[in-house]
Amino acid sequence: MLYREAGQYKSTYSADMAVFPLREDRIGIAVILGVALVAIPFLGSDFFIASVMIPFLIFSLAAVGLNILTGYTGLISLGTAAFMGVGAYSCYKLTTIFPGVNIIVLILVSGLFSAGIGVLFGLPSLRIKGFYLAVATLAAQFFLQWAFVRVPWLFNYNASGAIEVPQRTLFDIPLTGASATPETRYFVCLGLVVVLTWFASNIVHGKLGRSWMAVRDMDIAAELMGIKLLNAKLAAFAVSSYFCGVAGAMMIFLWYGGGEAADVFSIRLSFNILFMVIIGGLGSLIGSFFGAAFLSILPTALKFGLPALGIPIQGAAAEHVTFMLVGALIIIFLIVEPHGLARLWQIGKQKLRTWPFPY
Amino acid sequence: MKTSNLLKGAALGALFAAGALAPAMAQDSVYFANNAYRTGPFSGSGIPIGDGMRDYITMINERDGGVNGVKVIYEECETGYDTKKSIECYEQAKSKNTIVYSPWSTGATLAAIPRAHVDKIPILSMAYGLSSSADGTNFPWVFIPPFTYWDGASVMVKHMAAELGGMDKLKGKKLGLIHLDAPFGKEPIPVLENLAKKYGFELKLYPVAAADMQNQGSLWLSIRRDRPDFLYNQGWGAMNPTAVKEAAKNNFPMNKLVGVWWAGGDDDARAGGEQAKGYKSLSWTLAGTEAPAMQDILKYVVDKGKSTTPKEKVGEALYNRGVYNAMLVVEAVRNAQKLTGKKVITAEDMRRGLESLNLTEARLKEIGLGGFVTPTTISCTDHSGHSKMFVSEWDGTKWTKKGDWVEPLKDEVRPLIEANAKDYIEKAGNWPKRTEPCEKSS
Repeated sequence: MLYREAGQYKSTYSADMAVFPLREDRIGIAVILGVALVAIPFLGSDFFIASVMIPFLIFSLAAVGLNILTGYTGLISLGTAAFMGVGAYSCYKLTTIFPGVNIIVLILVSGLFSAGIGVLFGLPSLRIKGFYLAVATLAAQFFLQWAFVRVPWLFNYNASGAIEVPQRTLFDIPLTGASATPETRYFVCLGLVVVLTWFASNIVHGKLGRSWMAVRDMDIAAELMGIKLLNAKLAAFAVSSYFCGVAGAMMIFLWYGGGEAADVFSIRLSFNILFMVIIGGLGSLIGSFFGAAFLSILPTALKFGLPALGIPIQGAAAEHVTFMLVGALIIIFLIVEPHGLARLWQIGKQKLRTWPFPY
Repeated sequence: MKTSNLLKGAALGALFAAGALAPAMAQDSVYFANNAYRTGPFSGSGIPIGDGMRDYITMINERDGGVNGVKVIYEECETGYDTKKSIECYEQAKSKNTIVYSPWSTGATLAAIPRAHVDKIPILSMAYGLSSSADGTNFPWVFIPPFTYWDGASVMVKHMAAELGGMDKLKGKKLGLIHLDAPFGKEPIPVLENLAKKYGFELKLYPVAAADMQNQGSLWLSIRRDRPDFLYNQGWGAMNPTAVKEAAKNNFPMNKLVGVWWAGGDDDARAGGEQAKGYKSLSWTLAGTEAPAMQDILKYVVDKGKSTTPKEKVGEALYNRGVYNAMLVVEAVRNAQKLTGKKVITAEDMRRGLESLNLTEARLKEIGLGGFVTPTTISCTDHSGHSKMFVSEWDGTKWTKKGDWVEPLKDEVRPLIEANAKDYIEKAGNWPKRTEPCEKSS
């Protein structure tokens, strides 16, 4: 009733190919952006913004990155955290060497280093596939994490081996460092995530994205149709690592604000992001956001939300309950819909189209 | 498109907004958030510490009705020793107006230090954290009593010299450092390097990655090859029992293996079985329940069923460290009340209370811990105290004090702390200058 396409005629080719062909979808996106830009920063508490929204945005971006590789191109990677780490450490080195350059520019540039490393570790993908590739990318994870601990140049020979995020400003407003307010950091994250997601959406809907999907569905067929596997796969690694690198730099500079970085980019984070992509939906950008929300917001909400609602569990008990509930929900969702939350979302929209008179 | 997400977000927003308001402070109470890790690979060390802290605070609330009538509301935030969760816990503690933040991990301390100086929340990192934060001039909001890792490393060198028969005997000897490959583990390296240069002994590093804590086989092969004269173990959690077990397996003389205070848990040593006898660790709290304050914990808390701690675990080495940390908090609250004349103090008052904390032997006696823990004095410039510690030894069933209280090599450590603190604030850029006036020591 509210959500249907009746009466919306597409008179041009571009209207037919639009990412959001329905007016309702476009309105929905505008509302979401409005809430994200206005309602959350003005109504949310500092805790909500700093511990729920910022992590959610950063994980979403990393999940978008991995989804490009795993969901769209069909290459499994377990090195996501390491590529994020490359972004974080490059950003740290860049801002040390060029303290005058704006930190947002440096965050975006640091993704390029990550892309380079990603291409390097993506080379074996031409010969090996599936689980074997996962193991090969695991090598990237272990090697890079080893380098983060063992190469003191990366953390400026700091005695404790930790990254200290310096204060960087834009128009005298601190963006990073301790005096940056959660709202400022949130706006920077939101801006970067929105722009990069738009960018990703254009890539996957374009020629490159279609060649990735062809490679995913059957690489020999794709090759016969004239898609160069080398270029397509390495481009996927580059773009994916770029997104992950930017997310990693954001993670340390806009969320953690320094500290024990090598430990942050561990295999656990790689798995976490892979689960976000699988639960959210492989080959779906919106799925990346769903997955990130599920695995990043839900545990925090259970841990702090339940005691706040007056349910008397605290500390370790809250943590155990969170583990159990999240675990159970993962299983339930995967049984109900193996194609992820994005597919559930799609089914929901389909049902809504014919509601209240389904045929 | 993202509406369901959004609804979730909005609902959560409401939820958290409510959460921030919910613990509306009851009239006479102060809120104290403590990071705990009763889950994860470090829980072996985290549980006894959390128990000790909780039981001491409960004892104060039960026996005295709080600190001068002000109840201490103690709440644990589970971190699993994970920095990400610690940051969440910091934000949560801040939103609930904690009087002091207790990070319980060096990684969490490092992440919190810059924030605390802006949010004006004192950090109490008891004998862990960033060693250079002992410089109160540059880190007015961080407290690291009764000493730092660097003091510990210097006492290790002193202990080595005492065993060998003098500082001049150190020349040509080999000291191995087994350490967790993380900020916590790397902390003592600069001091040990300096002392190695000065006294002419050789320092060998044996880093253990967090993922390999329970898999130290290859590391101990190198130790067998290098044959260090002494080993200093800067380990935590599952790493410690593994190191003790490996030392026993590799026939490394147990009395030459000395752990930092965090490697001195009962379960750490117990893992080595009969052969762990003679394993040493630095400490500043005597194990056992003989102290009057410990007796009160048993009487008012454990025997009354107000604790989840098994009775036989009360008085273990790490449990007593937890008690000491809780005691510091309680005494700082008391001190802040005295300074400000207020009953319910704020985080800013708490900072003043911590800065002028003077725990003399006499005061410790009054609170029932005299002779059982190290006295310490914090001052405006010295946020650590560089207090005395002792070497304790595992006798097969419990930790016992061996030898006298030893002073750290303050003359060696202090200049390093000041130089390092300067370096830290320079790198951070725009570090807030100390504006807080100095407190007279009480």
